[in-house]
Amino acid sequence: MLHIVACIKQVPDTKIIKMNPKTNTMDRRTAPAILNPYDAHAVEEAVRLREKYGGTVSVVTMGPPPAVKAIKKCIEIGADEGYLITDRRFAGADTLATSYALTKAIEKISKSNPVDLVICGKMTIDGDTGQVGPGIARRLDIPPLTSVNKVVEINQAGGFAVVHRKLEDGYEVVQSSLPCLLSVEKTINEVPYSPFPNMLKAASYQPHIWSVDDLEDVDIKQLGLKGSPTIVSKVWAPPKPEGGTILEGESQEQVEQLLAVLLEKKELFSAKEGV
Amino acid sequence: MDFQDYQGVWVFIEEKDGEIPSVSLELLGAGRKLADKRGVELAGILIGENIKPLAQTVFEYGADTVFIYDQPIFKHYRTESYMKALLDCSNKHKPEIILYGATSTGKDLASAVATDLPTGLTADTTELDVEEETGLLLASRPAFGGNIMATILCKKYRPQMATVRAKVMKALTPQPGRTGKLIEETISLKEEDIRTKVLEIVKETTKKVRIDEADIIVAGGKGLGSPEGFQLVHQLAETLGGAVGGSRDVVEAGWIEHPHQVGQTGVTVTPKIYIAIGISGAIQHIVGMKNSGLIIAINKDSEAPIFDACHYGIVGDAFEIVPILIEQFKAALTREEVGYVREV
Repeated sequence: MLHIVACIKQVPDTKIIKMNPKTNTMDRRTAPAILNPYDAHAVEEAVRLREKYGGTVSVVTMGPPPAVKAIKKCIEIGADEGYLITDRRFAGADTLATSYALTKAIEKISKSNPVDLVICGKMTIDGDTGQVGPGIARRLDIPPLTSVNKVVEINQAGGFAVVHRKLEDGYEVVQSSLPCLLSVEKTINEVPYSPFPNMLKAASYQPHIWSVDDLEDVDIKQLGLKGSPTIVSKVWAPPKPEGGTILEGESQEQVEQLLAVLLEKKELFSAKEGV
Repeated sequence: MDFQDYQGVWVFIEEKDGEIPSVSLELLGAGRKLADKRGVELAGILIGENIKPLAQTVFEYGADTVFIYDQPIFKHYRTESYMKALLDCSNKHKPEIILYGATSTGKDLASAVATDLPTGLTADTTELDVEEETGLLLASRPAFGGNIMATILCKKYRPQMATVRAKVMKALTPQPGRTGKLIEETISLKEEDIRTKVLEIVKETTKKVRIDEADIIVAGGKGLGSPEGFQLVHQLAETLGGAVGGSRDVVEAGWIEHPHQVGQTGVTVTPKIYIAIGISGAIQHIVGMKNSGLIIAINKDSEAPIFDACHYGIVGDAFEIVPILIEQFKAALTREEVGYVREV
């Protein structure tokens, strides 16, 4: 029986977020909070592995109390249990402090049911770093496997896993001892619509909620802003490009002008196969 | 931690099929500037098996020193073995800055190294500078989907580390025969100490999509309305002999696959010609193509931000304009005897 922990995050939907042009801050009211899209694939993969091998899927997240909603979304996908660690002392964490806090949560979860596999999404759409997964693996002292786009086998009796790691021009087949941490690509699976019973379960589900004091052996200095080596010193709007020449006229005339521009670079078009 | 003990700028040099990928050479160019401003040495760190011949290239692209770990255990990239070599080198020689390509290998390695050192790590940097006196690295990157730029500092830890996007920094012109100090290092590491094993490397037989290497890119967005409408992009790309790109929206809608996505969460491209059709030009797209040589935008909406980022723009219906363009381009090529008519 496998115990799989998926690490997730609630994020603002950066695709539709609006910036306040005066302050260069995000106007959070314009962006709904969603489950980080990459993490949905991590949870889905965990659920599929549980269905294949049996066991339990736990999800864990660090965030403010409304992050419960992201955990409920994971229950809809099929997770069994959810854990939210929430505390002001976690606030302002960079990737190093985040991996520390999540590791402490996973260690606690592991006490009652030892963890065989940790799965993370490739990255979050608000932080865009992909650094937290490998950070957790180092702290748990288990092998990190990033860019995973297929899980071939989890062999609990043999104590190993076999996965495909995506490369630029193919993939590599890697065997790792268990437990290990996978950070998965979006292409690893498709997240289907949630089955109705899961939605019902999620509606009334209450996750475990822990503060710093509920975790064990925590070095407060490594949490939140205090535990973060990186700081954001300056935020600015990217320089606005100047804009170019608008080609006026009827379609025919516009094309003629455009063609003249393109043919100035005609060396690019000479006797060459297309890509 | 005494910052005086930490000197020099390092670049982690990747190796792929016996060659150094361009991102590592670009980083040597960027690292050279930082090192010169600080008046310190630039070093490359090479890890692998039978990689000594590559050291010469690293010197030619600007390094003063090359640290090399050339052992059979490094035949394949594995986080744990490479990390141990890098930690060994960093603890021994104490650089003030280490740069890595923001590639899957560079990010994987840097994340692990940063956790163990520990130190701060800035991801996907697109601008680098250093304070001459303090040595403080100013690593700037797009944040929140490219909506803003942020400068990240690491004031209390050394070395300072960043992963840097490909195609953003400029490699120096190599100086043939330029040489430097080669420092060979080894670590005692047994195969059984490494918990992962690469069983097989499979090259995909299908032609790999590398739009970042294309001279011409025709990219389409949601403005094309449907997967069928998106075919227009393929047709123009084929006519021009270019590669096909897409905005995040069309990739998420499944009109084209992710390797074709241009932008913050896709690929950064710098082709000689970039033609954006039906792409509104969200900032997260612009950051991925703004350094292209010639940018042309075709869009119905005259207010679309893409027109701020292009060299030439056409406000109009792509379904009317592009077919005329295809036809006239073919005719012009025949007329001008450029010597190329595409048959397929």
